[in-house]
Amino acid sequence: MISVTPNTSNTETLDLANLTTEQTALTINDLNLYYGENQALHQVSMAIPKNRVTAFIGPSGCGKSTLLRCINRMNDLVEICRIEGEIKLHDKNIYDKDVDVAALRRRIGMVFQRPNPFPKSIYENVVYGMRLMGVSDRRVLDEVVENSLKGAALWDEVKDRLNDSAFSLSGGQQQRLVIARSIAIEPEVLLLDEPTSALDPISTLTIEELITELKAKYTVVIVTHNMQQAARVSDQTAFMYMGKLIEYADTNTLFTTPSEKKTEDYITGRYG
Amino acid sequence: MNKWFKTGKPWIWLTAGAVSVSLIAVLGLLLLIGWRGLSFFWPAAIHEFQVTAADGSQRTLIGEVYDSEEIPVTRLEESGVFLENYEHLTVERYLVKIGNREFVPLDFTWVLETSISADQQPADLAVLERSKDGNFYGYVTDVLENGESVVDDPAQLRSLLFERIERAVALNEQATELEEGEINHINYQLNELRLERRSLELKGELDATAEQRIAEQQAALREQYREVEKHLFDFREQARRDAVVMRDMRGEQVRIPMYRVLDANFPNDMNVFEKTGHFFAQIGKFVSQDPREANTEGGVFPAIFGTVFMVLLMSIIVTPFGVIAAIYLHEYAKRNAVTKIIRIAVINLAGVPSIVYGVFGLGFFVYMVGGSLDQLFYPEALPSPTFGTPGVLWSALTLAILTLPVVIVSTEEGLSRIPSSVREGSLALGATKAETIWRIIVPMASPAIMTGLILAVARAAGEVAPLMLVGVVKSAPMLPVDGNFPYFHLDRKFMHLGFHIYDVGFQSPNVEAARPLVYATSFLLVTVIIGLNLTAIGVRNHLREKYRALEQ
Repeated sequence: MISVTPNTSNTETLDLANLTTEQTALTINDLNLYYGENQALHQVSMAIPKNRVTAFIGPSGCGKSTLLRCINRMNDLVEICRIEGEIKLHDKNIYDKDVDVAALRRRIGMVFQRPNPFPKSIYENVVYGMRLMGVSDRRVLDEVVENSLKGAALWDEVKDRLNDSAFSLSGGQQQRLVIARSIAIEPEVLLLDEPTSALDPISTLTIEELITELKAKYTVVIVTHNMQQAARVSDQTAFMYMGKLIEYADTNTLFTTPSEKKTEDYITGRYG
Repeated sequence: MNKWFKTGKPWIWLTAGAVSVSLIAVLGLLLLIGWRGLSFFWPAAIHEFQVTAADGSQRTLIGEVYDSEEIPVTRLEESGVFLENYEHLTVERYLVKIGNREFVPLDFTWVLETSISADQQPADLAVLERSKDGNFYGYVTDVLENGESVVDDPAQLRSLLFERIERAVALNEQATELEEGEINHINYQLNELRLERRSLELKGELDATAEQRIAEQQAALREQYREVEKHLFDFREQARRDAVVMRDMRGEQVRIPMYRVLDANFPNDMNVFEKTGHFFAQIGKFVSQDPREANTEGGVFPAIFGTVFMVLLMSIIVTPFGVIAAIYLHEYAKRNAVTKIIRIAVINLAGVPSIVYGVFGLGFFVYMVGGSLDQLFYPEALPSPTFGTPGVLWSALTLAILTLPVVIVSTEEGLSRIPSSVREGSLALGATKAETIWRIIVPMASPAIMTGLILAVARAAGEVAPLMLVGVVKSAPMLPVDGNFPYFHLDRKFMHLGFHIYDVGFQSPNVEAARPLVYATSFLLVTVIIGLNLTAIGVRNHLREKYRALEQ
């Protein structure tokens, strides 16, 4: 049996089934997703609370990344992808026809598995989103760079070489740069798609610490392969299997007293 | 043996052999044209041969040995030449350049080795480079000023000669400067005035005041012209003052006006360092001067300029076009049968023979587009066409179409190599697709775009056939860039190194004189293309370095 140290942060436990509007960041209702003929997500419904870290776990191919990519409409890029159901951000379905996808993605940022800095300087990477919004005042940008890099715990390491290429950073630093880049445009929700799977243990630790700090300002949703990581950083955890949401509960509860047999099998390492 | 095959060694030998053959082919080509082309500039010794003809008569030949070959005696006998007391099967004969074109029917002559009774290389033999009638070989005997000899002491002959040549060359240069500068400018303005008048006339706006204004301006310009012309005639008159007297191989004294002499040399009296200096000076003249005497003498500067200018213009046209087309095909077009057909069509365009593009360029660009432009914007110049005639713009456009597939294909390859994670990263920050393409994708694909451009330049710079239809000429009076507003004259015809090779080699009135020029020009063309390519490769490597980490 895998020993799991549950999250010790003293956040109060929420009643996930009955969140108030104030407490909710995102609501997913009856979401079905098809890649051509194959259905990848089945009737997923859940509410993601504000300023908390929510983790999606499950075996490979269970649809957890797919679900995450639905939240900022990254699946739009896949031509054969078809989506039913709704995802609500402040009572507005993000799949409505009148939604500006670019504006939506500014509100729901995303960090990917492999660090993907742009071939620009560290400075330009961070201000990329600001420049897209037409901000070019040097003072504003300088401030954003400092705040974002501090927010991503990278400032002290790079403050003397902001004009160096982003590629001169290590993998872990690059991933934190990508996080800084995402928070530079002040999103409401930050989606993290296995953000540490390509990193070494020390970088992983830094990022995990960062994630717990980020939830003060942002709602964080993280997909992870690593159950200990989910246990360490998240407040609530969703277990997915074969495109279905099997169990969604407070992290402590889910890891100590899972109510579903499948969840228990997974977290005790019987498959996955 | 079977075992040896299994080791894979023959495969290594085969592949290495293929590489060696290619390498030898390239080096051999460069060496041949380089050697033949460059040795032309090395000052050759001037021989003075005593030649005995078949009838026993003696004559003197002065000139450079240009070439030599072994011919079988039987062939000589068939043509009616019999050698007495000669035992070998073959006999060597020399091609001698005797110059002095105005006094001999042919300035090249073949001499049999057996007929040469004496061969000397006197240090006093001089070769005069002239602006007309080619080289003159002979002994300098006198230098004249206003028909009077100025040589008191024969030892001063050479220094006097050089001094007077320098003066004449300087005067000639001043005259040319005047012609190409002020006089050209005045003529240009006069022509503009004529066109303005005609334009007003066509519009029906030519009233008395306008007519008077134009007439006054014309009169002022003509006055100015007469002033400048006076200077010009003055320079010419001064240059006419001196002359040099030479004794040629017939033993006659020939008077050559100094203004025709460009340079004088005593190659038999030069040491290696002087010869090297002369060699580089000659190369410098070759690349910086205008051609003379139907392209058989002088330099090739207008051709170099035309080639580079046309290629640059083509690059400016083809790059944005190709990149935009590639972006559409790769980023926006749906992956369906139509896109596939378009892509195949684009790739196949690269296989269309270039002369076909020339025909298309002539029909579409020159006659249709150019003709329409003339009617719309230059009606005052009609019936003489402005853009409705072959010119450098149409050449650049035709070659741009010719090289478009190359740029599209390599740009598309570059686009597809960019990892989707970078795209997603940009989109996740709220960038639209267009913003992602312009801010991230295109900069990252720029090394591939440069590769396409390198291939395009390499192809375009060597292309001659289509240009013959859409803008290249044997001799262009003016460069496409000059000091007259608007400075770039894209309607003008231009000279091109590739066409120059063809023209000098095959259309020349003097085949023997032109042959080394063919090699020299070929070598120069290769050098220019390599130079253009190296520049582009340098830029590409710089870009690659910048975007390097994404190749992982």
